[in-house]
Amino acid sequence: MTEIRAEMVANVWKVVAAEGDAVADGDTLVILESMKMEIPVLAEAAGKISRLAVAEGDVIQEGDLIAVIE
Amino acid sequence: MIAVYSEADAELPFVTESDEAVLIGPAPAAKSYLDADAILAAAERTGAEAIHPGYGFLAENAAFATKVIDAGLTWIGPPPDAIEQMGDKISARNLMASAGVPVAHGTAEPVIDADQAVAEAARIGYPVMIKAAAGGGGIGMNVAPDPDALRAGYETTRSRAERFFGSTSILIERFIATARHVEVQILGLADGRVIALGERDCSAQRRHQKLAEETPSPGVDDQLRDGMLAAAIRAGEAVGYRGAGTVECLVDAETGEFMFLEMNTRLQVEHPVTEMVTGIDLVEQQLLIADGADVSFDPGELRPAGHALELRVYAEDSVRFLPSPGTITRWQEPSGPGVRVDAGYTEGNVVTPHYDPLLAKLVTHGADRDEALARMRAAVAAFVVAGPKTNLAFHAELLDSAEFASGKYDTGVVSRLRP
Repeated sequence: MTEIRAEMVANVWKVVAAEGDAVADGDTLVILESMKMEIPVLAEAAGKISRLAVAEGDVIQEGDLIAVIE
Repeated sequence: MIAVYSEADAELPFVTESDEAVLIGPAPAAKSYLDADAILAAAERTGAEAIHPGYGFLAENAAFATKVIDAGLTWIGPPPDAIEQMGDKISARNLMASAGVPVAHGTAEPVIDADQAVAEAARIGYPVMIKAAAGGGGIGMNVAPDPDALRAGYETTRSRAERFFGSTSILIERFIATARHVEVQILGLADGRVIALGERDCSAQRRHQKLAEETPSPGVDDQLRDGMLAAAIRAGEAVGYRGAGTVECLVDAETGEFMFLEMNTRLQVEHPVTEMVTGIDLVEQQLLIADGADVSFDPGELRPAGHALELRVYAEDSVRFLPSPGTITRWQEPSGPGVRVDAGYTEGNVVTPHYDPLLAKLVTHGADRDEALARMRAAVAAFVVAGPKTNLAFHAELLDSAEFASGKYDTGVVSRLRP
């Protein structure tokens, strides 16, 4: 199981993947926006997304859970 | 002086140091700093007589300028039609070409799809730069070395253009691989004359956004400077310019030719370097010109002295340049001869993810470039910021790099330090 967490305070601009999706290492899961910059959050392992903890428009803090890959 | 602010900025110095401050909305800019009606309501409620738009948000918005004037207030900026004409990169290109200002090879009409982009690029020659006609701040700009990259880049630029600027108008220009970004500060005086106050070199950029600026440009000799300043004056005259504006150009490092890039119809972030060598307060001139008065200096007696540098201190890490919001737990500015700090934050402030990462502008002046550089190295070493990560460590590296130190650098200097 791999937990993907936020590296910084940001707004969730786009949710690209969905719960249940099979992803490869390096696939884009969500795109965050901070200080006018778009920051893609990538899958750090291949597997199935068992949980996607953010929705578009959410404000997330550093360390918040974004997704879980099984 | 009355400031307007969003909920995110309530504790910042520009609010706490103002005579009066008005809350105009929540953090998202669309509901506060871009809300023209909220700003005009604040002006009416406080009895403000004039509006200075700063250099972000609505500063280059002709519709806002018109609303300000229609409300019977003084707009501290150029005439709305000058903003309009320069706001669209395609119309600005065409207007400049007809005024005798050199422009890059490119398209004179919006490019409507990827097929047309490929056809135009065959005429212009690769590599090409794809740009949003309504764009700014480097957003949505893509370089394409071949037709496949052009097709992909066209779609990316188009979607960003729609999202950020509400327009899908796209233009394509020849991309100059080895270029310096040099711009000319102009002032349109109340009596109608347009004067030029010298150039600024802004070649040190990351993601097409400026990191460091200096004047005079180490890559511009007297002959090139004369040509650029004369062209910038023609550019301003062509749109009946009033107030402070900047004509941005690219200088081809190989041929020494310059070409018009765009005009910023507002005060710019990097205006302090011009102030340091001319001794002129540009904001004061903006206020005088908006009031219909003479400027505070004799335009015929303008003698820039010495050399000035500016570094943009951003809340971003020094390695990947990723945003780093957070609470500032320590803030200690450098000081000394020839050192100026224009800061937007101080100790205890929270840097939020909502806006630009610019924390402060660190400026030094010296009798020559070496002295300005030496003062800047010392100032960077003495600037202490804790909490958010900053790019100060990167700036120390930039100043010490052989390329920047020599003055012989181009727009690729930052990417060579951070491949």
